[in-house]
Amino acid sequence: MSSRDMVLGRIRRALSDVPRQEGPEDVPVARNYRAAHTAHDPGELLDLLQDHLTEYRATVHRCHRAAVPGTVAAVLARRGARTVVVPQGLPEEWLSQAVIEQLTDTPPLSPRACDAADSVVTGCALAIAETGTIVLDGGPGQGRRALSLIPDHHLCVVRAPQQVVASVPAAVARLSPNRPLTWISGPSATSDIELERVEGVHGPRILDVVLVHP
Amino acid sequence: MNSLRVALFPTCVNDAVHPATAIATVTVLERLGVEVDFPFEQTCCGQPQYNTGYRREAEPLVRRMTQAFGGYDHVVAPSGSCVAMVRDNYPRLGSRAAAEGRGDDLADQARSLAGRVHEFTEFLVDVLGVTDVGAYFPHTVTYHPSCHGLRALGLGDRPRRLLEAVEGLELVELPGADECCGFGGTFAVKNPHVSAAMGADKIRNAEATGARVLCGADNSCLMHLDGMLRRQGSDLRPLHLAEILASTRTEPLQ
Amino acid sequence: MTGTYLGMPAFPRAAAAATQDTRLRANLTRATGTIRAKRAQAIAELDDWTQLRAAGAAIKDRTLRHLDHYLEQLEAAVTRAGGVVHWAADATEANRIVADLIKATGESEVVKVKSMATQEIGLNEALAAEGITAYETDLAELIVQLGDDLPSHILVPAIHKNRAEIRDIFSESMSQWGRPAPEPLTDDPAELAEAARLHLREKFLRAKVAVSGGNFMVAETGTVVVVESEGNGRMCLTLPQTLISVVGIEKVVPTWRDLEVFLQTLPRSSTAERMNPYTSMWSGTTEGDGPREFHLVLLDNGRTATLTDEVGRQALRCIRCSACLNVCPVYERAGGHAYGSPYPGPIGAILTPQLRGTSTELDASLPYASSLCGACYEVCPVAIDIPEVLVHLRERVAEQGGAGHRLEKAAIRAAGWVLDHPAVLAAAERTASRTRRLHPRRLPGPGSGAWSESRDLPRIPAAPFRDWWRANRTTKERP
Repeated sequence: MSSRDMVLGRIRRALSDVPRQEGPEDVPVARNYRAAHTAHDPGELLDLLQDHLTEYRATVHRCHRAAVPGTVAAVLARRGARTVVVPQGLPEEWLSQAVIEQLTDTPPLSPRACDAADSVVTGCALAIAETGTIVLDGGPGQGRRALSLIPDHHLCVVRAPQQVVASVPAAVARLSPNRPLTWISGPSATSDIELERVEGVHGPRILDVVLVHP
Repeated sequence: MNSLRVALFPTCVNDAVHPATAIATVTVLERLGVEVDFPFEQTCCGQPQYNTGYRREAEPLVRRMTQAFGGYDHVVAPSGSCVAMVRDNYPRLGSRAAAEGRGDDLADQARSLAGRVHEFTEFLVDVLGVTDVGAYFPHTVTYHPSCHGLRALGLGDRPRRLLEAVEGLELVELPGADECCGFGGTFAVKNPHVSAAMGADKIRNAEATGARVLCGADNSCLMHLDGMLRRQGSDLRPLHLAEILASTRTEPLQ
Repeated sequence: MTGTYLGMPAFPRAAAAATQDTRLRANLTRATGTIRAKRAQAIAELDDWTQLRAAGAAIKDRTLRHLDHYLEQLEAAVTRAGGVVHWAADATEANRIVADLIKATGESEVVKVKSMATQEIGLNEALAAEGITAYETDLAELIVQLGDDLPSHILVPAIHKNRAEIRDIFSESMSQWGRPAPEPLTDDPAELAEAARLHLREKFLRAKVAVSGGNFMVAETGTVVVVESEGNGRMCLTLPQTLISVVGIEKVVPTWRDLEVFLQTLPRSSTAERMNPYTSMWSGTTEGDGPREFHLVLLDNGRTATLTDEVGRQALRCIRCSACLNVCPVYERAGGHAYGSPYPGPIGAILTPQLRGTSTELDASLPYASSLCGACYEVCPVAIDIPEVLVHLRERVAEQGGAGHRLEKAAIRAAGWVLDHPAVLAAAERTASRTRRLHPRRLPGPGSGAWSESRDLPRIPAAPFRDWWRANRTTKERP
């Protein structure tokens, strides 16, 4: 007998108390929890997102759409970045004012090449205001997962209001499980020493978020 | 209240070791006009057996309890843990007995008793609607809520409201009040070192309040703490809430 | 790592030793005290916590009651997405599968994401026996591995170590495993984290194979979810060419939407954060992004035995947040090692005896490692009634007899007879009262110290309550 059959057989024997006519959907799951904990006012959501990103040590920069190139250039300059990883599909104008060496991912950059780069600039799939989370799904301007992971500085551009959702349930509803997803809430951190939170371990130690409003 | 049949379930520990608490419970209830009865057939609710893994051995005691208290409208006990046993575990135990082919009657009776049993402070605050019971106790008191009262029964601020209404009583906050004192029935015997370490911390916190009296609503916890306090020669005095509430200007507790 | 749980003493003895270890106690009190207050605050932010908790429990119950259905659905979805699913009936088989998969790549080292399942099956030791080195990359796991130690907490395996001890471990042992720790090294947590970053980066960049666990698997989509903080998880899940995830069969959830509940309850219960820094989700393989090969090893290893027990099966709802450890007064004083399993604390006390059985003295002692105070149940984000399961497992241990339980049963039966005869009880109470001046404050003789080593015996009153009532009141005819 295969282990698969053995395990499935054990499960079926273990569940002999479950009535045969009971289907999975017959077990009730009450979804009377909130779809969101905040009112859906775009301005308030943006403020909340900024507060929560900041609380977890991300640095937030707000600007109008036209000011994105200047803001991105200023942030990269402030971080002292000389090389930046550029994912495929990143809007060209975002880096149009940055005086910096751009590393594109075609052909794919090696892990060591990413490690040698100072920064990476990406867009995102969405951001969650209630938790201060940005989610990358590998779509245009986000690149494969390694690109936003290895460089020590990650600059992420969030386009409000369309990319900002209120809550985790709202985010789950909008995301596709068919894409590899990375949920990011602040720079890398650990609580492993005396359960005290310390920022900065293996992921990017600096997270800049540019919140763009129309 | 006279139309209601109220039975006292003093619990076996209070019957044998802390009769003063049971007497105080009667005193307070009678002062509030409640005619209370003591059915002699009651012995032990079966909690020690049940919690140690002897469910089947607890079953005859559960049966005895449901019979002893059959017909009463309210059953009042000055012990959160014994009430939690009746309210949470009796229905479970009854259902298991039924599932194991020993009839449905125990489950029915257990559910019935579970719905009628009240911890002392619940009975005072919820059923009688009283917080000022006319007590007088001119001492500094700190209150240990006990796990079963706090978490299983959700007594909340009922004991506190009763204590705050006592004339002359100064209530001081117990740091780490919601943490277990380490008694836990047979836990105190099966894991004596961890139990003693927990008790030592509870006592340290209680002594740090400067209170003269460590009040609780469960004598099993207080018995464990009292044993440790006496061993250490401490002046802090453990006292059941009912005894404080029974104390009056004319008959003050010594 | 050479540490082993085999041959450890029963809980009371190990815990007794731990209560004398003042440094361990100080480390645990400090760490759990910090997280308790933060967790309470994080939960208080959500006014629908009760509903989220109930939904989490219900989703897990739905899964468990139809586990065969969801596992088959999961297998089909993972396969469709380009992954390969393996089934492991026990630890030996799981270790065999993983070792063979690694050997097939031609590699002799792997990087590892912190995983309870691979702790449980002793994967690192099994791989070492096959000449494969597994590098733990989670900071706390690294501390445990470098210190040749055992984990003592689900979330923070090195919680028993303070910053100064961690500094010493890094300074002494990092050089044996790779890049040495920077010198001089202080005990500033940020500096220690930096040392771990430098030590492991080289390993991440060259890794060809990674081994992970999984927090959730979604049956309908084949998605696996890893929740973490440091980014070591992302490194392992993204950079190597081959990824092997070993996940317990109970970690499946039915639908994608179900994640909306657990992604709210897990971070707040675990690290007391609104959201943990990083969560990775993947379904099979993705062209041009991440591993080219993905293997999912579905692990039984006692889970189906646990599922058989209608009361005990709720332990399989566990999402490994460790909130129950952090609030447990017994865990705080006994420390994690006393539980003799990668699953310590209240959840360990109900999970280990179900996964491993109760045949050893240690495993049989675990259901008693609790005062039943209920703090664990109160904080559990999937509402596992741990006290209920503890009592239920005590029944199982008492029934199997052995190690004192036969005498205990005889005593319980004798007491039961007295308690079923009120007149005999009253007589016994009276005898105790009459002879009370003869009662000692301590019990004499060996074995009696359990109560009286640190406490006096209660004073027996002049007369039981029954006698007072008889003398002062009249019992009315029963209604």
